[in-house]
Amino acid sequence: MKKILIIGATSAIAEATARIWAQRGDQLFLVARNKEKLEAIADDLRVRGCPKVETYCMDANDVEGHVAMLDAAEHLLSGLDTVLIAHGTLSDQQACQQSVELTMREITTNALSVIALLTLIANRFELQKTGTIAVISSVAGDRGRQSNYLYGSAKAMVTTFTSGLRQRLFKSGVSVVTIKPGFVDTPMTAEFKKGLLWASPETIGRIIDKAMLRKCAVVYAPWFWMWIMMIIKMIPECIFKKLSL
Amino acid sequence: MPTQSLTSWGRVLRIEQKVLTFASRFDSLPDSSSGSLLPYGNGRSYGDSCLNAGGIALKTAALDRFIAFDPATGILRCESGVLLAEILRLVVPQGWFLSVTPGTRFVTVGGAIANDVHGKNHHITGTFGCHVHQFELLRSDGQHLICSRTENFDYFTATIGGLGLTGLITRAEIQLRRISNPWIDLETIRYESVDEFLALCEESDRDYEYTVSWVDCASKGNSLGRGLFMRGNHAPAGVERGQYFSKSRTFPFVPPVSMVNALSLKAFNTAYYHKQFRKKTRQLQHYEPFFYPLDGLLEWNRMYGPGGFYQYQCVIPVEYGKEAISELLKEIAQSGMGSFLAVLKVCGSIASPGMLSFPMAGVSLALDFPNQGDKTHQMFSRLDSIVSSAGGRLYPAKDGRMPGNLFRSGYPRHQAFKQYIDPRFSSSFWRRVMEST
Repeated sequence: MKKILIIGATSAIAEATARIWAQRGDQLFLVARNKEKLEAIADDLRVRGCPKVETYCMDANDVEGHVAMLDAAEHLLSGLDTVLIAHGTLSDQQACQQSVELTMREITTNALSVIALLTLIANRFELQKTGTIAVISSVAGDRGRQSNYLYGSAKAMVTTFTSGLRQRLFKSGVSVVTIKPGFVDTPMTAEFKKGLLWASPETIGRIIDKAMLRKCAVVYAPWFWMWIMMIIKMIPECIFKKLSL
Repeated sequence: MPTQSLTSWGRVLRIEQKVLTFASRFDSLPDSSSGSLLPYGNGRSYGDSCLNAGGIALKTAALDRFIAFDPATGILRCESGVLLAEILRLVVPQGWFLSVTPGTRFVTVGGAIANDVHGKNHHITGTFGCHVHQFELLRSDGQHLICSRTENFDYFTATIGGLGLTGLITRAEIQLRRISNPWIDLETIRYESVDEFLALCEESDRDYEYTVSWVDCASKGNSLGRGLFMRGNHAPAGVERGQYFSKSRTFPFVPPVSMVNALSLKAFNTAYYHKQFRKKTRQLQHYEPFFYPLDGLLEWNRMYGPGGFYQYQCVIPVEYGKEAISELLKEIAQSGMGSFLAVLKVCGSIASPGMLSFPMAGVSLALDFPNQGDKTHQMFSRLDSIVSSAGGRLYPAKDGRMPGNLFRSGYPRHQAFKQYIDPRFSSSFWRRVMEST
């Protein structure tokens, strides 16, 4: 039985993953902004067999509040051994280009708040010499593309940060798992036309769970994105700049 | 708003529709005036009752949360997009089962209410709607109406069987029934005629919770109306077999032409009828193959080819049951059309609260037909006149073609129902049966 903290618990991917853990009998501490939605998910997880679900309302951008949240999680679950960081917003690239303020806010939500949380969690897990930290990054972080390079660069920061953190914590027996989903059919992507490359949150949830059990380092979700991104990364800049990806 | 190509289980129609994913039961309906609204659950209605050409589909697949389950009373509360399959997975290990289940477990709770589905135990338990304690109906004016037998009863009766037209069901509370284990004590009896089928029903209805029959729709003459009658009960405690492993395969592609044709039909039906040599067999069967034989072959609707198929399901009042069913079977056998799965079932007299509920005391016949254009429609017209003169009606959940006057005469309460339709809701089915002759 694990003691799991989930940040961004109302995201579709986090919810799908939490159901797997609930059915397995793990204890969960759910963090998100919207109390109503959070309680609805907590009720669902209880019915599905979760022996203990606690909820906590917090905006991840409220960095000052992180310590209190972590203390509450460790107190209410009597310790923590697993963390999933899943919060984020899909930035509107066009709007960001017109607004420095929006750009900064998107970077804060998708990168800085994650790094702030990881800094605190890493120190605690390093001390207890055990634990698994999974962070949802994105294939968008593998290469900047004009259609969403703001979101992409925030995720690139997360990917790079977790890579370094993984090395540092390896010595302490703590594993850091970087998840890179491709297109996922969630409310966040409701406006997109769906095609063959799209995956359901349930599929991504199963991949996350498996990757955490196996203590994988970097996982593309689903696997075929590794090949797609490998090709995209190989395109020389002189050609890439002319493409409309 | 993104568009998506939506279809229903019969695959006859495929419509580009605007789609709105409803992700939280606390959200309100979209306020745009860009077309009428209609909930879309898992798309298992056969015809056009879940489609709304030119309108917006409110997809409820993400409303899939349980709210509460009390294993002492069997009362379950959940959101409307929860599949019956998910409910079974949760409650069967805890000794509970759906009070009523249709022939597939891949329908949502909202869809089960909106179509007031029924099952093999209709003669004992009535329809799905008979076991709904309450639900919440989200109306386009922003109201969240709690509907039950004591609160907003008029909306309760309009929404059960209301084809999604009265608003969006966001959550519901349903009553489950106890079971001792997942097994069904099943008897299969071969019968030679519609007379024998009706006699078997009469003999079995009191002592068997579940009765249904497969009828050979390809046989004529002396063997007209032959089939296999199945009756069963939940097995008592202690009567069970080992672990059951759920199996399912997927029909892998859409063949260029229907694989169901006069030749394959005759061959399959003859073989299936003779699969048991004895008059009567008895076995212990797991509930999955018993209730959901077709769920074992995912996407089986592809087998009918690119044209898709129609299902024709009618119910004939008791007094004309025998004659009308024999006539229908004769007509179908003569046409050479029809399908492997033809279901004959006697419905009981328990009234549903639903105003537009389909079942009535009498005999129900359901068959699939590959869509062969005019030829199929001409045969449907002949079947319609038999149903109509016997005072019967067709099932909207299965229908993609019934003439408007057959709907209106079959469902006399449609006039009273109209006032409960949400002014912003509509469906392709509803416009068709209200506007056409």
